[in-house]
Amino acid sequence: MIRCQNLTFSAGGKRILDAVTADAPPGRITALVGPNGAGKSTLLGLMGRLKEPERGQVMLGAEDAAGIPRPIFARRLTALRQATRITPRLTVCDLVGFGRYPHNPGHLTKEDQRIVEACMTDMALDDLADRQIDTLSGGQQQRALIAMVLAQETEILLLDEPLNNLDLSHARRVMNNLSARSRAGRTIVTVLHDLTIAARFADHVVALKDGRVHAEGSPDEVFTPEVLRELYGAEVEVHRINGKPVILPI
Amino acid sequence: MRVNVLLIAGAWYVAAALLFLTLGARGDWGFILAFRGQKLLALTVVAAAVAVSTMVFQTITANRILTPAIMGFDALYVLIQTMLVFTLGGAGAFALKGMPMFALETALMIGAAGILFGIMLRRSEDLNRMVLTGIVLGILLRSLSGLLSRLIDPSEYAYVMASSYAQFTNVEGDLLWAATGITITVLALVMLHARRLDVIALGRDNAMILGLEHRREAQRLMVLVTLLVAVSTALVGPIVFFGLLVSAIAYQVAGTWRHATLLPLSALIGAGMLVVCQTLFERVLDLQSNVLVVVEAVGGLVFILLLIRRART
Repeated sequence: MIRCQNLTFSAGGKRILDAVTADAPPGRITALVGPNGAGKSTLLGLMGRLKEPERGQVMLGAEDAAGIPRPIFARRLTALRQATRITPRLTVCDLVGFGRYPHNPGHLTKEDQRIVEACMTDMALDDLADRQIDTLSGGQQQRALIAMVLAQETEILLLDEPLNNLDLSHARRVMNNLSARSRAGRTIVTVLHDLTIAARFADHVVALKDGRVHAEGSPDEVFTPEVLRELYGAEVEVHRINGKPVILPI
Repeated sequence: MRVNVLLIAGAWYVAAALLFLTLGARGDWGFILAFRGQKLLALTVVAAAVAVSTMVFQTITANRILTPAIMGFDALYVLIQTMLVFTLGGAGAFALKGMPMFALETALMIGAAGILFGIMLRRSEDLNRMVLTGIVLGILLRSLSGLLSRLIDPSEYAYVMASSYAQFTNVEGDLLWAATGITITVLALVMLHARRLDVIALGRDNAMILGLEHRREAQRLMVLVTLLVAVSTALVGPIVFFGLLVSAIAYQVAGTWRHATLLPLSALIGAGMLVVCQTLFERVLDLQSNVLVVVEAVGGLVFILLLIRRART
């Protein structure tokens, strides 16, 4: 369980998050949704201790996350950031190998190698293992970064727009993989812009607007025409296919 | 691959050193080797300090066209020289040369950098702002030196001019041993950070996600960079573009991103290059001029080429 309590954050004199309190239930996928500039990435950054809140705290179970030493924290929680640019000329295999650093700062063990290879397979990167990151397409780079995050093997995964640049097939692969990991007990929090994908895969939804929690609950509770109209200021139709909401803009 | 590159670089340095020690030597070998050996040590220590500090600085700032010299170390050194001549006169300043002066210059540069890095890194982790502040500080210090130099007797100004360029002649033995000791210690400490530098090269957020206390690591490494630059500057004078030249070559030939290879490689390439240039200058071309003037000019050209290449990509 990861719990945000009263999180407040400002940047450049502007309040980005205002007393946000939200939960991400254990062993579930929580989708963070909301319009651009709502504070989703900032909330994820605070949960991952990449930024310090002005007020409030992030709890991992009963523990205050701020009190956990960073190397231990990195074995329990990982994060995928938006628009990450990798400058060194690494191969895909090298980059994914960095995911094992919190567990083993030295050279990779056989077990580390096995995990790295499994994560590359999960992200369909086997054929690209020896390619330099800077020669890959945006979608391939995104999959390599996700594989690095997966290789960290933490109980909590925070992902900021993991489906950026991904085609339908790879988006489906990533979401199915995250689903399998959540069923295995991992807690996953992910920013998603595609509400139908959020409805299909998430167990819990937190909708942010103007730095505040606008709605929180199951996809059925949050993805209603009324809530989405207030959230995005846009009219939508919500249909149901196989019992899951499908959101269509009008 | 990694061993091969290091072995080749090591062979390059050894060959350069042997050439420097023996080429054109006539007379008492004991004297020649002691005399040239001291100069070789000075060249090696300075080249290794400048090369490694540049590479670490570039990794921390995630920018391969920066050198720590851009933070105003050279300007501070020149200002110290100018102030000494201004207050004590040329003869007085010359009389101060030696260990006390070396210690004073090193302490002043470390103090100034400590204040700059300390304040900037404590308040935020905005490294770009820290670099810009360093550049502005350098301009301010240069302006102060310019103002003072206009008030100095023109004949004494020649002393300031002579001190304002790095030179390997007249390096005192005591200073050289002190600088060598400090540099070897700091280089060993930097090597202990090699794996962490690999992680830092992934950027601040990724380094933190992978469990590094990024701010603390950056502060610690900046202290080591400052020590290397301060000691080398106090020993021979300011060097601006040489580190950039060496790091650009090291990245090209290394074929790896691992700092465990990149750091010693840049030190060996830099030391070999400086020694070869000095040999060519002294023994082949028979010039008495300062070799670093030429090396710095080539480094400056590389800097401009890197800027142009970056602008195109």
